Amino acid sequence: MCNTCGCNITPGNRPLVMAEKPKNGVTTVSVLQNLLSQNNHQADHNRAHFDASKVLVINLMSSPGSGKTALLEATIKRLRESLKIAVIEGDLETENDTKRIQAQGVPAYQITTGTACHLDAHLVHNALHHLALDNLDLLFIENVGNLVCPASFDLGHHRNVVLLSVTEGDDKPAKYPVMFRAADLMLISKTDLLPYLDDFSPSNAEQNLHNLASDAPVIAFSSKDGQGMDAWITWLLTEIKDYQALLLNQKTQRPKIQQDGQLLHAQPGNTKFYPVSNKTEHLV
Amino acid sequence: MHELSLCDDLLGQVIAIAAKHKAQSVESITVAIGALAGVEPLLLESAFSLIKAGTLAEQAQLILQTAPVIVLCRTCGTQSEVTPNRLLCKTCQSNETTLISGDELILASVALNCPD
Repeated sequence: MCNTCGCNITPGNRPLVMAEKPKNGVTTVSVLQNLLSQNNHQADHNRAHFDASKVLVINLMSSPGSGKTALLEATIKRLRESLKIAVIEGDLETENDTKRIQAQGVPAYQITTGTACHLDAHLVHNALHHLALDNLDLLFIENVGNLVCPASFDLGHHRNVVLLSVTEGDDKPAKYPVMFRAADLMLISKTDLLPYLDDFSPSNAEQNLHNLASDAPVIAFSSKDGQGMDAWITWLLTEIKDYQALLLNQKTQRPKIQQDGQLLHAQPGNTKFYPVSNKTEHLV
Repeated sequence: MHELSLCDDLLGQVIAIAAKHKAQSVESITVAIGALAGVEPLLLESAFSLIKAGTLAEQAQLILQTAPVIVLCRTCGTQSEVTPNRLLCKTCQSNETTLISGDELILASVALNCPD
């Protein structure tokens, strides 16, 4: 979805949106503004912060308990010697996840949302001023566990990663199309449990994802026994490299679903940023 | 659950437009929603009726237009109206499709009562 006025109008929905009935004494003003424009504006601002600090930001989304924090722990163990990583944690209550991440020796900041079921760009903006972005290569935002609302909010991040644990059922992409359509990468987690489940087929899960016209790659992994972790780490390092190359050309990265929206609806936003350091030269 | 905060944004935009046109009140508000926008029209409606109280839009009718989910096939060039969880071309079954309608969440227009 794009973030400026009027550009959401496409050949498909134009007749619907343009239909106006004139009435006596009433002035009809055509607006055509995205309802999320306030959030999207803040998200662009966040992205400019991230780009100025050259830090790739990954938004991790899934149901509660599908293994986001365990994935982060395993990832940090593998990468903490070579990359500077930090995590923003979103939960309704407790700082449990932040403590788990901090125990791995990397900075973490907890956003407790109270009753809110998702993070938005404003919450993330408040959090990012608690982290020394200039010292980072990679920032994970662990969204609130929820397969519905988080998908609708741009946080200013660069990539969406959606986890699906094998205990949840392989039809989740068909049941939650808004969420899974947003995925730049789908991770199938807890594969160490597959031998105990006769009703989860990774290939069915992949097929349900592809039915959403998604060409996102799928990686099956287990944080417990390490299976599939190499493929995930390779994906991450490639993403960091691609992102750094884009920055050198004064461009930024956006989740694929947003790029599609822009191609469809309008010109890309004018996000300006000024790189502050060359701290990630070792990656390029 | 985020329909209420969405309504807050919607009302903010509407009130700003009404003020700009020096309107006495807002007659109606038209919003276009696609099935892939992640917003439930019924919840949006009930949230709006709560949040509009005591504002210029107190009497306003919220008109929700549901946009169909339509994909354009990049393989054979056909357009098909599809369901939200099956965005495949109906002609050739390809998943190389582009969504051309169905993810919108737009304040389309506002009808205002303006003094002459």
